[in-house]
Amino acid sequence: MKFSEQWLREWVNPDISSQALMDQITMAGLEVDGFEPVAGEFQGVVVGELQSVEPHPNADKLRVCQVSDGVQSVQVVCGAPNVRKGMKVPFAVVGALLPGNFKIRKAKLRGEPSEGMLCSESELGFSGDHDGIMELPADAPVGADVRDYLKLNDVAIDVDLTPNRSDCLSIKGLAREVGVLNSLALQSPQINPVEALHSEVPDIRVDAPEGCPRYLGRILRNVDLQAKTPLWMQEKLRRSGIRSIDAAVDVTNYVMLEQGQPMHAFDRDEIGEGIVVRMALPAEKLVLLDGQEVELTDKTLVIADREKPIAIAGIMGGEHSGVSPKTRDLVLEAAYFDPITLAGKARHYGLHTDASHRFERGVDYELTRAAMERATRLMMDIVGGEPGEIVEVTSAEHLPKERTIDLRSQRLADVLGLEIDRATVEEILIRLGLGIAKLLKNGWRIKVPSFRPDISIEEDLIEEVGRIYGYNNLPVTEPTGSLGLTVNEEAIRPISAIRDYFVSHGYQEAITYSFVDPKVQAQIDPEREGIALANPISSDLSVMRTSLWSGLLKTVSYNQNRQQSRIRLFETGLRFLQNDERIDQQPMLAGVVVGSQYPENWVNGRRMADFFDVKGELEGLFGLLGIEIGFLGNKHPALHPGQTAELLRGGEHVGWLGTLHPQVQKNLELNGTILMFELSLNSIITGYVPNFKDISKFPEVRRDLAIIISGEVAFADVERVTRKHAGERLTALRAFDVYEGESLGEGNRSLALSLFWQHPERTLNEDEVHSLFNGVIDALKEELGAILRS
Amino acid sequence: MENLEQLVHGGLTAVENADSLQALDQIRVEYLGKKGAITQQAKTLGKLSAEERPAAGQKINEAKGQVEQAINARRSHLERIAIEQKLAGESIDVSLPGRGQDLGGLHPVTRTLQRIEDFFSRAGYTVEQGPEIEDDYHNFEALNIPGHHPARAMHDTFYFNPGTLLRTHTSPVQIRTMEAGKPPFRMICPGRVYRCDSDMTHTPMFHQVEGLLVEKNVSFADLKSTVEEFLRVFFERDLQVRFRPSYFPFTEPSAEVDIEWGREADGSIKWLEIMGCGMVHPKVFGYCGIDAEEYRGFAFGMGVERLAMLRYGVNDLRMFFDNDLRFLRQFR
Repeated sequence: MKFSEQWLREWVNPDISSQALMDQITMAGLEVDGFEPVAGEFQGVVVGELQSVEPHPNADKLRVCQVSDGVQSVQVVCGAPNVRKGMKVPFAVVGALLPGNFKIRKAKLRGEPSEGMLCSESELGFSGDHDGIMELPADAPVGADVRDYLKLNDVAIDVDLTPNRSDCLSIKGLAREVGVLNSLALQSPQINPVEALHSEVPDIRVDAPEGCPRYLGRILRNVDLQAKTPLWMQEKLRRSGIRSIDAAVDVTNYVMLEQGQPMHAFDRDEIGEGIVVRMALPAEKLVLLDGQEVELTDKTLVIADREKPIAIAGIMGGEHSGVSPKTRDLVLEAAYFDPITLAGKARHYGLHTDASHRFERGVDYELTRAAMERATRLMMDIVGGEPGEIVEVTSAEHLPKERTIDLRSQRLADVLGLEIDRATVEEILIRLGLGIAKLLKNGWRIKVPSFRPDISIEEDLIEEVGRIYGYNNLPVTEPTGSLGLTVNEEAIRPISAIRDYFVSHGYQEAITYSFVDPKVQAQIDPEREGIALANPISSDLSVMRTSLWSGLLKTVSYNQNRQQSRIRLFETGLRFLQNDERIDQQPMLAGVVVGSQYPENWVNGRRMADFFDVKGELEGLFGLLGIEIGFLGNKHPALHPGQTAELLRGGEHVGWLGTLHPQVQKNLELNGTILMFELSLNSIITGYVPNFKDISKFPEVRRDLAIIISGEVAFADVERVTRKHAGERLTALRAFDVYEGESLGEGNRSLALSLFWQHPERTLNEDEVHSLFNGVIDALKEELGAILRS
Repeated sequence: MENLEQLVHGGLTAVENADSLQALDQIRVEYLGKKGAITQQAKTLGKLSAEERPAAGQKINEAKGQVEQAINARRSHLERIAIEQKLAGESIDVSLPGRGQDLGGLHPVTRTLQRIEDFFSRAGYTVEQGPEIEDDYHNFEALNIPGHHPARAMHDTFYFNPGTLLRTHTSPVQIRTMEAGKPPFRMICPGRVYRCDSDMTHTPMFHQVEGLLVEKNVSFADLKSTVEEFLRVFFERDLQVRFRPSYFPFTEPSAEVDIEWGREADGSIKWLEIMGCGMVHPKVFGYCGIDAEEYRGFAFGMGVERLAMLRYGVNDLRMFFDNDLRFLRQFR
């Protein structure tokens, strides 16, 4: 809501500066979003009168004017087409200073002397885009300073009102608030009923009283819509951010700004017999004032004549029934529309109007008649005409009910944390218009006024008292209360430990959007369809991720395009899977690695990271978490078919590790060998609580062996067979060399293993170790076709 | 006996000239070994009379001791030289950089979240999580934002279908936690939230932390201390805080919190909006089956990116989600 400070001060004029006033209303909960002077900085501009206007002898588009400034008459050359003899204009005399530090000097234009300048609105720094020289009223006193005459030492203040404060969408409401804050009474204009001069009344029928509990209409005959809106009204509208259109529209807008009641004026000749307020019929059409044709739905409340809709109720009028300069008779409308009926309707039609903004939030349902009288009087002052009686159709049962709410003084003190004395509370309530219907033993029974639809429970009243008393005047106390300590399970590692692990291993944490490009996701996870947003912000952020890889690979691309060749990233967050009717939202941990394993250094810094670097890092993580994970060679559509491991915990799938498939990599235009992993966090965070075992005092025995074995046999198989035959005293098994070479025969490789045994209670003797070792060798030969290397 | 003096003199000269430990050992054998020259002198004692023997024996022992001492001194000297030579050969350029993995870093949003979580955890708050794809009921309805409410326009919501959406705040986690438990509650709900808005100052995804305290006896004054203390701890500064009346459907009374952030040209305090808060609306308690006459609560919510921007001086919100390494590396 934008308003003129001066206009507000006509209603209530506290003795404080503009800045203090704005601070005050901000701190009352009506946040001032901004303010601007209503005109530019200028001086030396007076009301001038054009005594003559002649063509310029040397230029077709220029005119030579004689201008009186009240003291003398000077010649001014002017290019604007709208100047005419007798017109009153803002006249910048020689020596005047216009906005932008533009000084007016004597000049010659095409040979004709010019002493001063006639000003347009934009040259005086008014908002708006009116062409030509500004025309001042005929009764403007020649020679008067234009700043004083137009009262331009004013600011337009923009308050960002929260949706509950519909009562402040008017000068009246804002003034009431300022009055409360400064303990001042309001100076409101007197509104008297206008006497009817004829007996013609509109025929009004309300078929949808739930949506329109109150509708008032009045006929104003024989108006002259050629009459111009007076400058004072135009100025108030302009300073409130509303353009002057014609007298009828200007008056309805003025009453809306002043009183808070949106109104409408129809051309009586353009609407048929009578007015019907009803729900639209399906597929009914209406061309609106802004020229667009809309197809209405049966959820939309309309104003219709006997045949067709003529306006969307409370939102916008129709083009056809609107007033024009030729309009002779007006039908004025003032109504109370139900906020819930109107909610979201304007948006449905792509509209947002000053009227819909107010009706959706709730207009004062007792304001209708006063607003009608006010508008009639203002209208007649400008366009003349003969008013008829007001016709009112009210459905009392559909109007909001009168409300009384009990406010308990104890509750007030409990919620705010302070006992405010009775007199102060009552003063606040009464000034806000919250009448005290009854004094109760423990508080007050409050009658809620019709202009405060937001107040319906005791807390609303507590807020009002607290707000006006000032939140910053309330005390500051520590909360007390007994609460059990939170339990942290020792076996569960916090996610922060996982993050810290990756950070210490050179990974940078990324946070990528949860919605991704479906084209990228199809490359990563072709078998699953991501859950699609109905209203995405753009097509490349339109489906929910089924894997964190989509976002991470996009991040790799972003960084590779910025000369970053060594990239190590990890992310934690949810992935979203549609499983039949159910949506699974699973916390995941994922990473990507590309480029050298270590930062380039002077010894060995250029070795590219490979599968086993990342696998080793994951194994370190699993050690930290206290879990055992198996790596099983497997296939994944996004990964290299020969470099992919499925990660298993106790046989259950927990994730994947592998090299990005070269074809996918090409499709996504990425460089280098890209290693990726993704794990289900819930599957890995629970480890174990350590359980002490005695440390053996007896020596450990080590035996090494080297075998030649087919490349088809996985190390995991060698390990499995070895463990099976090495007996229960085997404490460790390590591979210390892997070698492939022609000398071993096609498809073979050499594996060197070391085995460690230890007994907790005695020294193992040579014979038993020997026998276990030979058993392992025999089993490897028999079960896996291994050959012992000599 | 003049022979003995000559021997000692010769031995000492030889020791003096020995330039290696082997040479020195050789000299020791030559003079002091079983068949060494001085050892041999002792064997001549038998030829002397009983009266002469003690004096001669003493002289020989003295000579032995003299040479031995010289050998030991020379050995120490040679050993020291050997070590020094070895060390000289082993010296390295300590100014060359070290090897190994460099350090990664946490995302600044995570770093900020951790600081917030630390503060509230110490104050006894639990950290609660919830779904990001939410239903209309938990995101709006149970927070006193019914379908027709104008406040829905304040939330530009991403929808999947009319009843399913991406949560626009983390408040639904509070609802779910209250539904599942019994008061009292002290919780914070950090996490990703989504609004259908993207420009210089909005990203379609961002992070919030919302907090909730439900007790039998809690007031707006308690809320003020919690918020003020948090902000001072977060910014590590004794900054001024003010509470400005505002409106949220789920709290009443409601307030926006402004902090002191520099000065205006005229010297007055420049205020910066930092978070929202208020007393839990009785209707919200009603939806969660909590008696609003018995319990009261306060709630607060803040945008994590905004706090991170202020704390670290980041001037473009969108950088948080570009994940440019040159940006991320500044937070390790």
